[in-house]
Amino acid sequence: MSISLSDVKRIASLSRIAVSDAEAEATRAQLSGIFSLIEEMQAVDTAGITPMSHAQEIVLRMRSDTVTEADLHEAFQKGAPQVEAALYLVPKVIE
Amino acid sequence: MFNSSLKALSAQLADRKISSVELTGEFLKRVDALNPVLNAFITVDPEASLAQARIADAMIASGRAGPLTGIPVAQKDIFCAKDWLTTCGSKMLSNFVSPYDAHVIERFNAAGAVNLGKTNMDEFAMGSSNETSFFGPVKNPWDIKAVPGGSSGGSAAAVAARMAPAATGTDTGGSIRQPAALCGISGIKPTYGLVSRYGMIAFASSLDQGGPMAKSAEDLAILLNAMVGFDGRDSTSLERQPENYAKDLERPLAGLRIGIPAEYFAEGLSLDVEKAVQAAISEYQKLGATIVEVSLPNTRLSIPVYYVLAPAEASSNLSRYDGVRYGYRSANYKDLAEMYENSRAEGFGAEVKRRIMVGTYVLSHGYYDAYYMQAQKLRRLIAADFAGSFEKCDVIMGPTSPSTAFDLGEKGDDPVQMYLSDIYTIAVNLAGLPGMSIPVGFGDNGRPVGLQIIGNYFSEAKMLNVAHQYQKATDWHSRMPNI
Repeated sequence: MSISLSDVKRIASLSRIAVSDAEAEATRAQLSGIFSLIEEMQAVDTAGITPMSHAQEIVLRMRSDTVTEADLHEAFQKGAPQVEAALYLVPKVIE
Repeated sequence: MFNSSLKALSAQLADRKISSVELTGEFLKRVDALNPVLNAFITVDPEASLAQARIADAMIASGRAGPLTGIPVAQKDIFCAKDWLTTCGSKMLSNFVSPYDAHVIERFNAAGAVNLGKTNMDEFAMGSSNETSFFGPVKNPWDIKAVPGGSSGGSAAAVAARMAPAATGTDTGGSIRQPAALCGISGIKPTYGLVSRYGMIAFASSLDQGGPMAKSAEDLAILLNAMVGFDGRDSTSLERQPENYAKDLERPLAGLRIGIPAEYFAEGLSLDVEKAVQAAISEYQKLGATIVEVSLPNTRLSIPVYYVLAPAEASSNLSRYDGVRYGYRSANYKDLAEMYENSRAEGFGAEVKRRIMVGTYVLSHGYYDAYYMQAQKLRRLIAADFAGSFEKCDVIMGPTSPSTAFDLGEKGDDPVQMYLSDIYTIAVNLAGLPGMSIPVGFGDNGRPVGLQIIGNYFSEAKMLNVAHQYQKATDWHSRMPNI
Protein backbone atom coordinates (compact mmCIF):
# COMPACT_ATOMS: atom_id res chain seq x y z
CA MET A 1 0.00 0.00 0.00
CA SER A 2 1.32 3.40 -0.96
CA ILE A 3 0.39 6.62 0.78
CA SER A 4 0.63 10.12 -0.65
CA LEU A 5 2.69 13.08 0.44
CA SER A 6 -0.45 14.89 1.53
CA ASP A 7 -1.40 11.84 3.67
CA VAL A 8 1.98 12.10 5.40
CA LYS A 9 1.50 15.79 6.09
CA ARG A 10 -2.01 15.20 7.43
CA ILE A 11 -0.84 12.38 9.73
CA ALA A 12 2.11 14.47 10.92
CA SER A 13 -0.19 17.36 11.67
CA LEU A 14 -2.61 15.11 13.61
CA SER A 15 0.42 13.77 15.50
CA ARG A 16 1.63 17.31 16.25
CA ILE A 17 5.01 16.61 14.67
CA ALA A 18 6.55 19.19 12.33
CA VAL A 19 7.91 17.70 9.07
CA SER A 20 9.88 19.47 6.36
CA ASP A 21 9.16 18.64 2.68
CA ALA A 22 12.36 16.60 2.46
CA GLU A 23 11.47 14.61 5.60
CA ALA A 24 7.94 14.06 4.34
CA GLU A 25 9.22 12.32 1.20
CA ALA A 26 11.50 9.95 3.16
CA THR A 27 8.72 9.31 5.66
CA ARG A 28 6.29 8.55 2.82
CA ALA A 29 8.51 5.75 1.50
CA GLN A 30 9.01 4.22 4.96
CA LEU A 31 5.37 4.46 6.01
CA SER A 32 4.32 2.89 2.69
CA GLY A 33 6.56 -0.08 3.51
CA ILE A 34 5.05 -0.41 6.97
CA PHE A 35 1.50 -0.18 5.64
CA SER A 36 2.23 -2.85 3.03
CA LEU A 37 3.26 -5.12 5.92
CA ILE A 38 0.10 -4.22 7.85
CA GLU A 39 -2.08 -4.90 4.80
CA GLU A 40 -1.34 -8.64 5.18
CA MET A 41 -4.00 -8.63 7.91
CA GLN A 42 -6.75 -7.91 5.42
CA ALA A 43 -6.48 -11.39 3.88
CA VAL A 44 -8.03 -13.00 6.95
CA ASP A 45 -11.78 -13.29 7.41
CA THR A 46 -12.48 -12.26 11.00
CA ALA A 47 -16.27 -12.12 10.88
CA GLY A 48 -17.76 -13.09 14.23
CA ILE A 49 -14.53 -12.85 16.21
CA THR A 50 -14.66 -10.70 19.34
CA PRO A 51 -11.84 -8.14 19.41
CA MET A 52 -9.25 -8.76 22.14
CA SER A 53 -8.14 -5.52 23.75
CA HIS A 54 -6.33 -7.02 26.68
CA ALA A 55 -4.40 -10.11 27.71
CA GLN A 56 -6.28 -10.59 30.96
CA GLU A 57 -10.03 -10.31 31.26
CA ILE A 58 -9.97 -7.99 34.23
CA VAL A 59 -12.52 -5.60 35.60
CA LEU A 60 -11.27 -2.17 36.58
CA ARG A 61 -10.97 -1.77 40.32
CA MET A 62 -12.91 0.99 42.01
CA ARG A 63 -11.43 3.06 44.80
CA SER A 64 -12.80 5.66 47.16
CA ASP A 65 -12.58 9.26 45.97
CA THR A 66 -10.07 10.44 48.54
CA VAL A 67 -6.78 12.29 48.39
CA THR A 68 -3.89 9.82 48.48
CA GLU A 69 -0.94 12.02 47.51
CA ALA A 70 0.67 14.94 49.30
CA ASP A 71 1.07 18.22 47.40
CA LEU A 72 4.28 17.65 45.45
CA HIS A 73 3.93 20.36 42.84
CA GLU A 74 7.32 21.88 43.60
CA ALA A 75 9.12 18.60 43.05
CA PHE A 76 7.11 17.86 39.93
CA GLN A 77 7.55 21.32 38.45
CA LYS A 78 11.31 21.35 38.96
CA GLY A 79 11.77 19.76 35.55
CA ALA A 80 9.23 21.89 33.71
CA PRO A 81 10.49 24.08 30.85
CA GLN A 82 8.78 27.24 32.16
CA VAL A 83 6.96 27.76 35.46
CA GLU A 84 5.74 30.87 37.23
CA ALA A 85 3.74 31.08 40.47
CA ALA A 86 3.26 27.27 40.35
CA LEU A 87 1.73 27.54 36.86
CA TYR A 88 3.09 26.04 33.64
CA LEU A 89 3.73 28.77 31.09
CA VAL A 90 2.84 28.31 27.42
CA PRO A 91 2.59 30.79 24.53
CA LYS A 92 -0.50 32.97 24.64
CA VAL A 93 -3.53 31.06 23.33
CA ILE A 94 -6.29 33.69 23.58
CA GLU A 95 -5.75 37.10 21.97
CA MET B 1 33.40 -12.59 41.60
CA PHE B 2 32.13 -11.06 38.35
CA ASN B 3 30.86 -14.46 37.21
CA SER B 4 29.35 -15.42 40.59
CA SER B 5 25.69 -16.29 41.01
CA LEU B 6 23.45 -14.03 43.09
CA LYS B 7 23.30 -16.77 45.71
CA ALA B 8 27.10 -16.90 45.92
CA LEU B 9 27.38 -13.10 46.17
CA SER B 10 24.70 -13.02 48.85
CA ALA B 11 26.55 -15.71 50.83
CA GLN B 12 29.79 -13.72 50.63
CA LEU B 13 27.96 -10.64 51.89
CA ALA B 14 26.35 -12.62 54.71
CA ASP B 15 29.70 -14.14 55.72
CA ARG B 16 31.28 -10.64 55.69
CA LYS B 17 33.86 -11.79 53.13
CA ILE B 18 32.97 -8.65 51.23
CA SER B 19 30.82 -5.62 52.04
CA SER B 20 28.20 -4.20 49.69
CA VAL B 21 30.29 -1.02 49.45
CA GLU B 22 33.26 -3.09 48.26
CA LEU B 23 31.16 -5.22 45.91
CA THR B 24 29.44 -2.17 44.42
CA GLY B 25 32.83 -0.47 44.09
CA GLU B 26 34.23 -3.44 42.14
CA PHE B 27 31.32 -3.44 39.70
CA LEU B 28 31.51 0.36 39.34
CA LYS B 29 35.18 -0.01 38.40
CA ARG B 30 34.27 -2.58 35.78
CA VAL B 31 31.52 -0.31 34.41
CA ASP B 32 34.05 2.52 34.29
CA ALA B 33 36.51 0.38 32.34
CA LEU B 34 34.08 -1.18 29.86
CA ASN B 35 31.42 1.45 29.30
CA PRO B 36 33.55 3.60 26.95
CA VAL B 37 33.62 0.57 24.61
CA LEU B 38 30.13 -0.89 25.11
CA ASN B 39 27.99 2.20 25.92
CA ALA B 40 25.70 0.00 28.02
CA PHE B 41 24.96 2.65 30.66
CA ILE B 42 23.45 6.10 30.13
CA THR B 43 23.86 7.20 33.74
CA VAL B 44 26.24 6.05 36.46
CA ASP B 45 26.14 7.81 39.82
CA PRO B 46 28.76 6.20 42.10
CA GLU B 47 27.86 8.36 45.09
CA ALA B 48 24.18 7.42 44.93
CA SER B 49 25.03 3.73 44.43
CA LEU B 50 27.53 3.68 47.30
CA ALA B 51 25.06 5.44 49.60
CA GLN B 52 22.61 2.59 48.94
CA ALA B 53 25.41 0.07 49.51
CA ARG B 54 26.09 1.58 52.94
CA ILE B 55 22.40 1.21 53.82
CA ALA B 56 22.60 -2.42 52.65
CA ASP B 57 25.67 -3.06 54.78
CA ALA B 58 23.77 -1.72 57.79
CA MET B 59 20.86 -4.05 56.99
CA ILE B 60 23.26 -7.00 56.79
CA ALA B 61 24.96 -5.99 60.06
CA SER B 62 21.61 -5.84 61.85
CA GLY B 63 20.49 -9.22 60.52
CA ARG B 64 17.75 -7.84 58.25
CA ALA B 65 19.26 -9.00 54.98
CA GLY B 66 17.28 -10.72 52.21
CA PRO B 67 18.58 -12.51 49.13
CA LEU B 68 19.14 -9.24 47.20
CA THR B 69 20.45 -7.06 50.03
CA GLY B 70 23.69 -5.43 48.98
CA ILE B 71 23.56 -6.79 45.40
CA PRO B 72 24.10 -4.19 42.64
CA VAL B 73 21.39 -4.29 39.96
CA ALA B 74 21.49 -2.23 36.74
CA GLN B 75 18.15 -0.60 35.96
CA LYS B 76 16.85 -0.09 32.45
CA ASP B 77 16.47 3.65 31.88
CA ILE B 78 12.72 3.17 31.35
CA PHE B 79 12.17 2.80 35.13
CA CYS B 80 11.73 6.10 36.96
CA ALA B 81 14.12 6.27 39.91
CA LYS B 82 13.88 9.19 42.32
CA ASP B 83 16.61 11.80 41.79
CA TRP B 84 18.11 9.78 38.92
CA LEU B 85 18.19 11.01 35.35
CA THR B 86 15.54 8.87 33.60
CA THR B 87 15.71 9.34 29.83
CA CYS B 88 14.03 6.32 28.20
CA GLY B 89 16.80 6.64 25.60
CA SER B 90 15.27 9.85 24.24
CA LYS B 91 16.30 13.44 23.72
CA MET B 92 12.73 14.22 24.83
CA LEU B 93 13.61 13.12 28.38
CA SER B 94 17.34 13.82 28.26
CA ASN B 95 16.91 16.35 31.11
CA PHE B 96 14.28 14.46 33.10
CA VAL B 97 15.28 13.79 36.71
CA SER B 98 12.52 11.63 38.12
CA PRO B 99 10.74 13.00 41.20
CA TYR B 100 9.49 9.52 42.14
CA ASP B 101 10.30 5.80 42.10
CA ALA B 102 8.68 3.20 39.87
CA HIS B 103 7.08 0.30 41.75
CA VAL B 104 9.89 -1.96 40.54
CA ILE B 105 12.49 0.47 41.92
CA GLU B 106 10.61 0.66 45.24
CA ARG B 107 10.68 -3.14 45.43
CA PHE B 108 14.43 -3.33 44.79
CA ASN B 109 15.06 -0.55 47.31
CA ALA B 110 12.97 -2.34 49.92
CA ALA B 111 14.95 -5.54 49.24
CA GLY B 112 18.16 -3.61 49.93
CA ALA B 113 19.49 -3.93 46.38
CA VAL B 114 21.85 -1.27 45.05
CA ASN B 115 20.99 0.70 41.90
CA LEU B 116 24.21 0.35 39.88
CA GLY B 117 23.11 2.76 37.16
CA LYS B 118 20.64 3.27 34.33
CA THR B 119 21.12 1.23 31.19
CA ASN B 120 20.92 2.28 27.57
CA MET B 121 17.95 1.28 25.44
CA ASP B 122 16.18 1.92 22.17
CA GLU B 123 14.31 5.22 22.33
CA PHE B 124 11.04 4.65 24.24
CA ALA B 125 11.78 0.90 23.89
CA MET B 126 11.04 1.06 20.15
CA GLY B 127 13.68 -1.00 18.44
CA SER B 128 15.36 -4.39 18.21
CA SER B 129 19.00 -3.32 17.98
CA ASN B 130 19.53 -0.47 20.44
CA GLU B 131 20.42 1.72 17.46
CA THR B 132 17.51 4.13 18.01
CA SER B 133 18.89 5.39 21.36
CA PHE B 134 19.55 9.14 21.50
CA PHE B 135 22.66 8.21 23.49
CA GLY B 136 24.17 6.09 20.74
CA PRO B 137 24.09 2.35 20.11
CA VAL B 138 25.22 -0.29 22.61
CA LYS B 139 27.87 -2.75 21.39
CA ASN B 140 27.53 -6.49 21.83
CA PRO B 141 30.23 -7.70 24.27
CA TRP B 142 30.73 -10.89 22.21
CA ASP B 143 31.62 -8.84 19.13
CA ILE B 144 31.60 -5.06 19.19
CA LYS B 145 30.71 -4.93 15.49
CA ALA B 146 27.36 -6.51 16.42
CA VAL B 147 24.21 -5.07 17.96
CA PRO B 148 23.19 -6.29 21.44
CA GLY B 149 19.53 -6.51 20.39
CA GLY B 150 16.83 -4.33 21.83
CA SER B 151 15.19 -2.62 23.31
CA SER B 152 16.81 -3.70 26.61
CA GLY B 153 20.22 -3.84 24.89
CA GLY B 154 22.13 -1.95 27.57
CA SER B 155 20.90 -4.28 30.31
CA ALA B 156 21.74 -7.36 28.22
CA ALA B 157 25.23 -6.10 27.35
CA ALA B 158 25.87 -5.08 30.98
CA VAL B 159 25.04 -8.57 32.29
CA ALA B 160 26.85 -10.34 29.42
CA ALA B 161 30.03 -8.30 30.02
CA ARG B 162 29.64 -8.93 33.76
CA MET B 163 29.44 -5.18 34.42
CA ALA B 164 26.41 -5.97 36.61
CA PRO B 165 25.34 -9.19 38.35
CA ALA B 166 21.78 -8.61 37.15
CA ALA B 167 19.60 -6.05 35.43
CA THR B 168 16.00 -5.17 34.68
CA GLY B 169 14.35 -4.99 31.29
CA THR B 170 10.95 -4.49 29.77
CA ASP B 171 9.36 -6.49 26.98
CA THR B 172 6.62 -5.18 24.68
CA GLY B 173 7.39 -7.33 21.63
CA GLY B 174 10.53 -9.20 22.67
CA SER B 175 12.64 -6.50 24.30
CA ILE B 176 13.87 -8.73 27.15
CA ARG B 177 14.11 -12.05 25.29
CA GLN B 178 15.74 -10.93 22.03
CA PRO B 179 18.64 -8.96 23.60
CA ALA B 180 19.09 -11.76 26.15
CA ALA B 181 19.43 -14.20 23.23
CA LEU B 182 21.78 -11.97 21.24
CA CYS B 183 24.02 -11.34 24.27
CA GLY B 184 24.03 -14.91 25.61
CA ILE B 185 22.23 -14.28 28.90
CA SER B 186 18.94 -15.36 30.50
CA GLY B 187 15.84 -13.19 30.67
CA ILE B 188 12.16 -13.64 31.46
CA LYS B 189 9.07 -11.66 30.56
CA PRO B 190 6.42 -12.63 33.10
CA THR B 191 2.69 -13.04 32.48
CA TYR B 192 1.15 -9.66 31.68
CA GLY B 193 0.01 -7.98 34.90
CA LEU B 194 2.45 -9.56 37.36
CA VAL B 195 5.00 -6.71 37.42
CA SER B 196 3.54 -3.25 38.02
CA ARG B 197 3.89 -0.74 35.20
CA TYR B 198 3.76 2.19 37.67
CA GLY B 199 6.73 4.42 36.90
CA MET B 200 7.73 2.29 33.91
CA ILE B 201 7.60 4.73 31.03
CA ALA B 202 4.70 3.64 28.81
CA PHE B 203 5.09 2.44 25.22
CA ALA B 204 2.15 0.08 24.47
CA SER B 205 0.31 -0.38 27.73
CA SER B 206 -1.60 -3.58 26.88
CA LEU B 207 1.71 -5.31 26.01
CA ASP B 208 4.42 -3.70 28.20
CA GLN B 209 5.77 -5.93 30.95
CA GLY B 210 8.89 -5.61 33.12
CA GLY B 211 11.14 -8.53 33.98
CA PRO B 212 14.63 -9.51 35.09
CA MET B 213 17.77 -10.24 33.03
CA ALA B 214 20.62 -12.23 34.55
CA LYS B 215 23.18 -14.97 34.00
CA SER B 216 20.99 -17.90 35.00
CA ALA B 217 17.43 -19.05 35.66
CA GLU B 218 18.28 -19.46 39.33
CA ASP B 219 19.20 -15.76 39.49
CA LEU B 220 16.05 -14.81 37.57
CA ALA B 221 13.89 -16.57 40.18
CA ILE B 222 15.43 -14.48 42.97
CA LEU B 223 14.92 -11.26 41.00
CA LEU B 224 11.37 -12.16 40.01
CA ASN B 225 10.50 -12.73 43.66
CA ALA B 226 11.39 -9.08 44.26
CA MET B 227 9.76 -7.64 41.14
CA VAL B 228 6.35 -9.34 41.13
CA GLY B 229 3.66 -7.92 43.36
CA PHE B 230 0.29 -6.24 43.35
CA ASP B 231 0.28 -2.46 42.99
CA GLY B 232 -2.96 -0.51 43.11
CA ARG B 233 -1.42 2.32 41.08
CA ASP B 234 -1.32 0.14 37.95
CA SER B 235 -4.92 -0.60 36.91
CA THR B 236 -3.83 -3.83 35.19
CA SER B 237 -1.76 -5.13 38.12
CA LEU B 238 -3.03 -8.56 39.15
CA GLU B 239 -3.98 -9.39 42.73
CA ARG B 240 -2.61 -12.85 43.41
CA GLN B 241 -1.12 -14.79 46.30
CA PRO B 242 2.64 -14.14 46.42
CA GLU B 243 4.57 -17.02 44.88
CA ASN B 244 8.13 -18.20 45.43
CA TYR B 245 9.48 -18.51 41.90
CA ALA B 246 12.42 -20.60 43.08
CA LYS B 247 10.20 -23.29 44.61
CA ASP B 248 10.30 -25.70 41.67
CA LEU B 249 13.87 -25.14 40.44
CA GLU B 250 15.10 -28.57 41.52
CA ARG B 251 12.21 -30.65 40.18
CA PRO B 252 13.34 -33.32 37.71
CA LEU B 253 12.06 -32.94 34.16
CA ALA B 254 10.96 -36.53 33.57
CA GLY B 255 7.59 -36.48 31.83
CA LEU B 256 7.84 -32.84 30.74
CA ARG B 257 5.96 -32.33 27.45
CA ILE B 258 7.69 -29.82 25.17
CA GLY B 259 5.61 -28.40 22.35
CA ILE B 260 7.53 -27.67 19.16
CA PRO B 261 5.70 -25.38 16.72
CA ALA B 262 6.59 -26.11 13.08
CA GLU B 263 6.06 -22.41 12.31
CA TYR B 264 9.11 -21.52 14.44
CA PHE B 265 11.40 -23.70 12.33
CA ALA B 266 10.21 -22.56 8.91
CA GLU B 267 11.77 -20.39 6.23
CA GLY B 268 13.73 -17.43 7.55
CA LEU B 269 15.46 -19.26 10.39
CA SER B 270 19.28 -19.31 10.13
CA LEU B 271 20.76 -22.80 9.95
CA ASP B 272 23.24 -22.21 12.76
CA VAL B 273 20.49 -21.01 15.10
CA GLU B 274 18.33 -24.00 14.19
CA LYS B 275 21.21 -26.38 14.90
CA ALA B 276 21.88 -24.94 18.36
CA VAL B 277 18.18 -24.92 19.25
CA GLN B 278 17.71 -28.52 18.07
CA ALA B 279 20.73 -29.56 20.13
CA ALA B 280 19.15 -27.95 23.20
CA ILE B 281 15.89 -29.80 22.56
CA SER B 282 17.85 -33.08 22.30
CA GLU B 283 19.45 -32.27 25.64
CA TYR B 284 15.95 -31.87 27.09
CA GLN B 285 15.03 -35.31 25.76
CA LYS B 286 18.06 -36.69 27.60
CA LEU B 287 16.71 -35.02 30.74
CA GLY B 288 13.47 -36.96 30.35
CA ALA B 289 11.26 -34.62 28.34
CA THR B 290 9.06 -35.75 25.47
CA ILE B 291 8.43 -33.80 22.29
CA VAL B 292 4.94 -32.92 21.07
CA GLU B 293 4.19 -31.26 17.75
CA VAL B 294 2.04 -28.16 18.14
CA SER B 295 0.88 -25.55 15.67
CA LEU B 296 0.78 -21.77 15.91
CA PRO B 297 -0.66 -21.06 12.45
CA ASN B 298 -1.15 -17.31 12.97
CA THR B 299 2.49 -16.63 13.86
CA ARG B 300 3.13 -14.69 10.64
CA LEU B 301 0.19 -12.40 11.33
CA SER B 302 1.60 -11.41 14.70
CA ILE B 303 3.96 -8.90 13.06
CA PRO B 304 1.32 -6.84 11.20
CA VAL B 305 -1.04 -7.10 14.20
CA TYR B 306 1.70 -5.86 16.52
CA TYR B 307 2.65 -3.01 14.20
CA VAL B 308 -0.94 -1.78 14.35
CA LEU B 309 -1.65 -2.23 18.06
CA ALA B 310 1.70 -1.12 19.52
CA PRO B 311 1.93 2.11 17.46
CA ALA B 312 -1.75 2.86 18.16
CA GLU B 313 -1.16 2.62 21.90
CA ALA B 314 2.15 4.47 21.57
CA SER B 315 0.61 7.38 19.67
CA SER B 316 -1.77 7.83 22.57
CA ASN B 317 0.81 7.29 25.33
CA LEU B 318 3.40 9.59 23.77
CA SER B 319 0.94 12.45 23.32
CA ARG B 320 1.94 13.48 26.85
CA TYR B 321 5.28 14.79 25.54
CA ASP B 322 4.23 18.27 24.60
CA GLY B 323 7.02 20.47 25.95
CA VAL B 324 4.81 21.88 28.71
CA ARG B 325 5.15 19.96 31.96
CA TYR B 326 8.49 18.19 31.65
CA GLY B 327 11.04 17.13 29.10
CA TYR B 328 12.33 18.88 26.03
CA ARG B 329 10.88 22.12 24.69
CA SER B 330 12.00 23.58 21.36
CA ALA B 331 13.57 27.04 21.40
CA ASN B 332 11.81 27.95 18.15
CA TYR B 333 8.08 28.65 18.09
CA LYS B 334 5.65 31.45 17.44
CA ASP B 335 2.54 29.95 18.99
CA LEU B 336 1.33 26.98 21.00
CA ALA B 337 0.75 24.67 18.02
CA GLU B 338 4.27 25.34 16.75
CA MET B 339 5.66 24.77 20.21
CA TYR B 340 4.08 21.30 20.29
CA GLU B 341 5.09 20.45 16.72
CA ASN B 342 8.68 21.62 16.98
CA SER B 343 9.26 20.18 20.45
CA ARG B 344 8.05 16.79 19.24
CA ALA B 345 9.88 17.02 15.90
CA GLU B 346 13.18 17.83 17.64
CA GLY B 347 12.68 15.74 20.79
CA PHE B 348 11.74 12.41 19.18
CA GLY B 349 13.97 10.31 16.94
CA ALA B 350 12.96 8.98 13.52
CA GLU B 351 11.65 5.55 14.63
CA VAL B 352 9.52 6.99 17.42
CA LYS B 353 8.02 9.55 15.03
CA ARG B 354 7.27 6.83 12.48
CA ARG B 355 5.45 4.74 15.05
CA ILE B 356 3.46 7.70 16.37
CA MET B 357 2.40 8.48 12.82
CA VAL B 358 1.46 4.87 12.05
CA GLY B 359 -0.58 4.77 15.26
CA THR B 360 -2.27 8.07 14.52
CA TYR B 361 -3.20 6.85 11.05
CA VAL B 362 -4.66 3.50 12.09
CA LEU B 363 -6.76 5.20 14.75
CA SER B 364 -7.93 8.02 12.48
CA HIS B 365 -11.46 8.42 11.23
CA GLY B 366 -12.40 5.94 8.53
CA TYR B 367 -9.50 3.54 9.16
CA TYR B 368 -10.28 2.31 12.66
CA ASP B 369 -12.27 -0.79 11.67
CA ALA B 370 -9.90 -1.82 8.88
CA TYR B 371 -6.79 -1.64 11.02
CA TYR B 372 -7.24 -1.36 14.76
CA MET B 373 -10.38 -3.49 15.05
CA GLN B 374 -9.08 -6.09 12.60
CA ALA B 375 -5.81 -6.30 14.55
CA GLN B 376 -7.68 -6.84 17.83
CA LYS B 377 -9.70 -9.67 16.27
CA LEU B 378 -6.54 -11.32 14.99
CA ARG B 379 -5.00 -10.89 18.41
CA ARG B 380 -7.69 -13.22 19.72
CA LEU B 381 -6.84 -15.83 17.08
CA ILE B 382 -3.15 -15.61 18.01
CA ALA B 383 -3.97 -16.10 21.71
CA ALA B 384 -6.25 -19.03 20.81
CA ASP B 385 -3.37 -20.76 18.96
CA PHE B 386 -1.43 -20.85 22.22
CA ALA B 387 -4.44 -21.98 24.28
CA GLY B 388 -4.88 -24.93 21.91
CA SER B 389 -1.21 -25.83 22.09
CA PHE B 390 -1.07 -25.78 25.89
CA GLU B 391 -3.73 -28.49 25.99
CA LYS B 392 -1.03 -30.80 24.61
CA CYS B 393 2.18 -29.58 26.23
CA ASP B 394 3.65 -27.94 29.34
CA VAL B 395 6.01 -25.50 27.63
CA ILE B 396 6.65 -24.45 24.04
CA MET B 397 10.20 -24.18 22.75
CA GLY B 398 11.81 -22.62 19.71
CA PRO B 399 14.37 -20.03 18.71
CA THR B 400 14.16 -16.57 20.32
CA SER B 401 15.46 -14.80 17.23
CA PRO B 402 15.81 -15.98 13.61
CA SER B 403 19.54 -15.17 13.54
CA THR B 404 22.39 -14.41 15.89
CA ALA B 405 23.24 -10.74 16.48
CA PHE B 406 23.45 -8.79 13.23
CA ASP B 407 26.02 -6.09 12.54
CA LEU B 408 25.47 -2.48 13.59
CA GLY B 409 23.90 -0.67 10.63
CA GLU B 410 23.15 -3.94 8.81
CA LYS B 411 19.36 -3.49 8.69
CA GLY B 412 19.86 -0.05 7.16
CA ASP B 413 17.04 2.41 6.66
CA ASP B 414 14.24 -0.07 6.09
CA PRO B 415 12.21 -0.33 9.31
CA VAL B 416 10.30 -3.38 8.03
CA GLN B 417 13.50 -5.48 7.89
CA MET B 418 14.05 -4.74 11.57
CA TYR B 419 10.43 -5.56 12.45
CA LEU B 420 10.68 -9.03 10.89
CA SER B 421 13.43 -10.01 13.35
CA ASP B 422 10.77 -10.10 16.11
CA ILE B 423 8.79 -12.91 14.44
CA TYR B 424 9.15 -15.44 17.30
CA THR B 425 8.67 -13.11 20.26
CA ILE B 426 5.76 -10.80 19.42
CA ALA B 427 2.90 -13.32 19.61
CA VAL B 428 3.75 -14.03 23.25
CA ASN B 429 3.12 -10.38 24.16
CA LEU B 430 -0.11 -10.27 22.17
CA ALA B 431 -1.36 -13.30 24.13
CA GLY B 432 0.00 -11.90 27.44
CA LEU B 433 1.90 -15.13 28.13
CA PRO B 434 5.24 -15.48 29.94
CA GLY B 435 8.29 -16.07 27.76
CA MET B 436 11.98 -16.45 28.43
CA SER B 437 15.28 -16.87 26.63
CA ILE B 438 18.33 -18.84 27.76
CA PRO B 439 21.69 -19.25 26.02
CA VAL B 440 22.14 -22.59 24.24
CA GLY B 441 25.29 -22.19 22.15
CA PHE B 442 26.88 -20.09 19.46
CA GLY B 443 26.32 -19.46 15.76
CA ASP B 444 28.84 -19.77 12.94
CA ASN B 445 30.08 -16.25 13.66
CA GLY B 446 30.71 -17.01 17.35
CA ARG B 447 27.73 -14.97 18.49
CA PRO B 448 25.27 -16.44 21.04
CA VAL B 449 22.05 -18.32 20.27
CA GLY B 450 19.00 -18.15 22.54
CA LEU B 451 16.34 -20.79 23.17
CA GLN B 452 12.89 -19.38 23.79
CA ILE B 453 10.71 -21.09 26.39
CA ILE B 454 7.06 -20.07 26.34
CA GLY B 455 4.81 -21.06 29.22
CA ASN B 456 1.12 -20.92 29.97
CA TYR B 457 -0.22 -18.05 32.08
CA PHE B 458 1.36 -17.92 35.56
CA SER B 459 3.72 -20.83 34.87
CA GLU B 460 6.91 -18.85 35.58
CA ALA B 461 8.04 -21.23 38.32
CA LYS B 462 7.71 -24.17 35.90
CA MET B 463 9.59 -22.29 33.14
CA LEU B 464 12.41 -21.39 35.52
CA ASN B 465 12.56 -25.03 36.61
CA VAL B 466 12.82 -26.10 32.96
CA ALA B 467 15.58 -23.56 32.31
CA HIS B 468 17.47 -24.33 35.53
CA GLN B 469 17.61 -28.08 34.88
CA TYR B 470 19.15 -27.41 31.46
CA GLN B 471 21.64 -24.99 33.00
CA LYS B 472 22.63 -27.63 35.56
CA ALA B 473 23.41 -30.02 32.70
CA THR B 474 25.22 -27.50 30.45
CA ASP B 475 27.53 -24.53 30.87
CA TRP B 476 26.48 -22.07 28.11
CA HIS B 477 25.08 -19.67 30.72
CA SER B 478 28.39 -19.35 32.52
CA ARG B 479 30.43 -18.56 29.39
CA MET B 480 31.80 -15.02 29.36
CA PRO B 481 32.81 -12.89 26.40
CA ASN B 482 36.50 -12.12 26.15
CA ILE B 483 36.40 -8.40 26.77
